[in-house]
Formats: sequence, C-alpha cells, structure tokens
Amino acid sequence: MTALLVIEELTMRFGGLVAIDAVSFDVQPAAITALIGPNGAGKTTLFNCITGFYRPTAGSIRLAGDGDRTIELARLPGHRIARLGVARTFQNIRLFAKMTVLENLLVAQHAELMRASAFSIAGLLGLPSYRRAEANAINKGRYWLDRIGLLDRANDPADTLPYGQQRRLEIVRAICTNPTLLCLDEPAAGLNPRESADLAALIRAISTEQGLAVLLIEHDMSVVMEISDHIVVLDYGRKIAEGSPTTIRQNKAVIAAYLGEPEDAVA
Amino acid sequence: MAYFIQQLINGLTLGAIYGLIAIGYTMVYGIIGMINFAHGEIYMIGAFVALIAVLAFTSAGIASIPLLLIVVIVAAMVVAGLYGWAIERLIYRPLRGAPRLAPLISAIGLSIFLQQYVQLTQGGRVKTLPPLMPGGFTLMRGDDGFAVGISNFQIVVFVLTVVLMAGLTLIINRTELGRAQRAAASDPVMAALCGIDVDRTISVTFVIGAALAAVAGVMVVLYYGVIDFFIGFLAGLKAFTAAVLGGVGSLPGALLGGLVLGLVESFWSAYADAAYKDVAAYAILVLVLIFRPSGLLGRPEIEKV
Repeated sequence: MTALLVIEELTMRFGGLVAIDAVSFDVQPAAITALIGPNGAGKTTLFNCITGFYRPTAGSIRLAGDGDRTIELARLPGHRIARLGVARTFQNIRLFAKMTVLENLLVAQHAELMRASAFSIAGLLGLPSYRRAEANAINKGRYWLDRIGLLDRANDPADTLPYGQQRRLEIVRAICTNPTLLCLDEPAAGLNPRESADLAALIRAISTEQGLAVLLIEHDMSVVMEISDHIVVLDYGRKIAEGSPTTIRQNKAVIAAYLGEPEDAVA
Repeated sequence: MAYFIQQLINGLTLGAIYGLIAIGYTMVYGIIGMINFAHGEIYMIGAFVALIAVLAFTSAGIASIPLLLIVVIVAAMVVAGLYGWAIERLIYRPLRGAPRLAPLISAIGLSIFLQQYVQLTQGGRVKTLPPLMPGGFTLMRGDDGFAVGISNFQIVVFVLTVVLMAGLTLIINRTELGRAQRAAASDPVMAALCGIDVDRTISVTFVIGAALAAVAGVMVVLYYGVIDFFIGFLAGLKAFTAAVLGGVGSLPGALLGGLVLGLVESFWSAYADAAYKDVAAYAILVLVLIFRPSGLLGRPEIEKV
C-alpha cells in the first residue's frame, strides 16, 4: 500500500532548541496513526509543520497527489495545505463561537461554495447553480450534525453547546472540509471516560466509512490503544519506536520514556 | 417644532455620512483588530475623485443629473477601492503579526502622507462646486412661518445610505464572502484551515470599507460643495468616534453611532452654540466610554484564554 503522507528526516529547530530531530514515518490511507509521547516530545510541533504553521528547518513532508505525483507541503501556506485535503483540530476549542452550529460546517465547505458562487456574485443574484451548491452544503452539514446528535441545535450559536459537543462539532467541521488526512490534536482532552469512548468510536467509524487517514495526538491511552492501527512514539523530538498497539505496549524504550528508567540502566 | 424637525433632517443627513465612513473603521477593526487611521483620507480622496469626475462630466457637456450621479459614485468607489486595496497590500499586510503599535503608527504616517500627496497634486486651496441638485420639497410650515424643507440631495443621501447598508448586510449575512469575513474575524487561523483565503478576505474588506467612505466623500462634495485636502482628518476622527459610540466591530452600531453623532452636532449647533458642536460630540463619546465602554451595540470583549 502506498502511503498517503511520507515524512522524511523532518527537523524543526527554534534557535538552539531542536523540537523535532530527523523524524521519519508514513501515514497510511484509511487508517488511524497515533502520535504519542511525553509532554514536550514535539507532537504538536510536528502537526504545525504538517499543516503549514511552521516551516520545517529541514526534511520533507510529502502528500500523495493524483496518480504518482506527490506534493511537498513543507513550503506551502496553511490555507493551501487545507485545500489539498489536510484538516486539523487544536488542543483548545476553536469553533467560530458566534456563528451557528450549522454555519460552522458551512464555513468548512467554503472553497466549494466560493467556487460555485463565483466569488459571491452568483450567490448575491441567487443563481440556481449556487442554490444547488448551497443546498448540498447544508445537507452535508445536517447529515454530520445528525451523526453527532446535534441536529436540533443546528441554529444555535456554537458557543452555547456543552464542552463535549463542541469537541465533536470541531471534528465534523474538519471532516466537512473533505480531507484525505485528518490531524486531531488531543480530541479527548477534558472529556469524561464515557465521552472519550464515544468519541473514539466516532473517529474509528469515520475513518473506516470515509476511507480517511487520521493522524491522532492523544494522551488518553485507552483511546489510543483501542482505535489506532499504527503508533509512532516521540521523545525529546526523536522517534523512539513505531508499530502496532501490541508491540508498542511491550516496547522497552517506550515504557522507559513514559515511566523513567532505573538509575543503573542509564548507560 | 418645525425648527426641531428641520434639525432632525439635517442631523440625519450628516449622520448618514459619518455612518458610511464609520463602517470602514468597524469592518477593518473587526477583521484585523486595528484602527485604520488613514481611513479618513480615503474619504477625502473619494471627495476629490468626485469633484474631478463632476467637472470632467459637465465640461463634456452632459447634463443628465442621475447619470452624472451614478458615474461619479462609481468612479469614486472604484478609485477609493483601489487605494484601500493598495494600502492594505503595501503597508498593513507586511506589518501583520507585528506589535500593534507598528500598524497604528504607520496608519497615522500614511494619513499625513496622503494629505500632503493630495495637497501637492491638487493644490492647497479650498475647492468649491456649485450645487448640482438644487431644489427640494417643503414638508410643513410651522406656526411661526418656519418652513421645513428637505432638499433633493438629502433624499439622495438617505436613499443611497439605506441601499448601501442593505447591500452590505446582504453581503455579510447571505454570501460566501460575508461568511468568510465573519469566520476570519472570529478566528483567522481556523478560517485559513477551513480553506478560506484570509489575505484576500482582508483585501476585500478594505476595498468595501474604502468604497463606502468614497460614497460619503461624494455626498459631502455634492452636499456642502466645499472640500480641501484636510477634510479627511476631522471626518475621520468623527467617524472613528461614531464607530466607538456604536461599538467597534458592529456594523449596525457604526451607522447608529454616525446618526447619533450627526444629530448631536446638528441640535447642538441649532440650540446651543455651533462653535462648540465638536465639544458636544466628543462629550457624548466620553460619556459612552464611561458608562458603556463596549459602545451602544458592541459586545463586551472577553479576553481569549
């Protein structure tokens, strides 16, 4: 299987600090890849490189394009990367607070709607081509709201939703951008165990149904071990292990990174 | 009573002009969080373009007033829109992400630059224009024989303001562009991740704000018939006051603030002392800032965590 995203020798330095040190791994399509590691391991920095917030110091991030073509993401601005099909969420909630729940999902379909409305002109005139595109966008938004049980809140401002529902809304908003790769930064942060389990099931279901590649940063190991197909472990900016959940669970370097090593084991 | 109604009409006319300029301040503040102090100069440039267009048009021997009005407004909007676009592209965009003081000081510098540029190219003397649309209607006559009138041009000002406000509301609430603007104002980073070209959205916002200010410039040149290169300073300050009064970031607030300010000035001039009308206007601003710091229609700003 050809990888969707190939990260090769990626390095990110901030002055003297090496946040990511020559990390390489692949993200497979239609699979969930988890990125784990202790605090400060460079997980979010890696996300920021993939989604265009940071320009990596060295190395490459290649996204599979049409046919055999690959696209180098390391030099592209954020909105271009988003249009290539890379969506992300953040550790904190970043919904458009004063817009309605449904409108949040329409913003996510902006690129298509803008094209259909010919830079808003067709929209102002109410041309049928735009009406159709808008109806499609609304249907898609309502479908996803139905999936996460928020259909009856569609016209409420997004910031009136409870925390757990805002998290779910963020994820379906990311999905509405039609991504091929969805990067989730601690989606289960602040959720109770039951909400976490629901969220994990949702992510798993979406990935399978939509054939969507998910790159997941998560501290909740029950979520990670349950839904991941592949796990990459970072520590101090280096990749220290990768493999299936079962192999990672038994990996000595990973256990050491999380729990610390006994004094005499330090060479 | 008749005198009162007359002042009401005059105040609303002035207020509509302030309101149209204030919208530019408020839109730009909403989307990039800066006060564009060069905005008053855009209005001044709009007035000059209108003056030049009127002179060119009449010297070409075309006498149709409605046609002239349309051509002049479109010309002023296009030219001012280009200025607005260029200002954002050349001056504010490179400063995005810089400390807040940098674009603010650049805006003040730019404002001085534009004033001097117009003074050099158009001359420093006051320009006058004979009234193009004389005439009007007498609405009523008071007991003391005072006639309340509304001039044709005042009607044009009201109609134009209503049409522009309705159009703008439609754009902001009903189009993709407007949705992009609201999203970018709420969270530009997230908007970009949703595939919105935030830079272009900001450019369009500057163009719209500049075009509306230009219409205000057209109104002033045709209403008062007197302009010079310095009118942007005071009008800019007044419109900024109007924007703050209504609540910076709120579009209806900008218009409301403009109308309140226009009415205050007009009534103060009529019943108290015209020389102190600016004092009255700014006193209102001080009062609003003390008792309603977020403006009449503004939401209290909550710091992001």
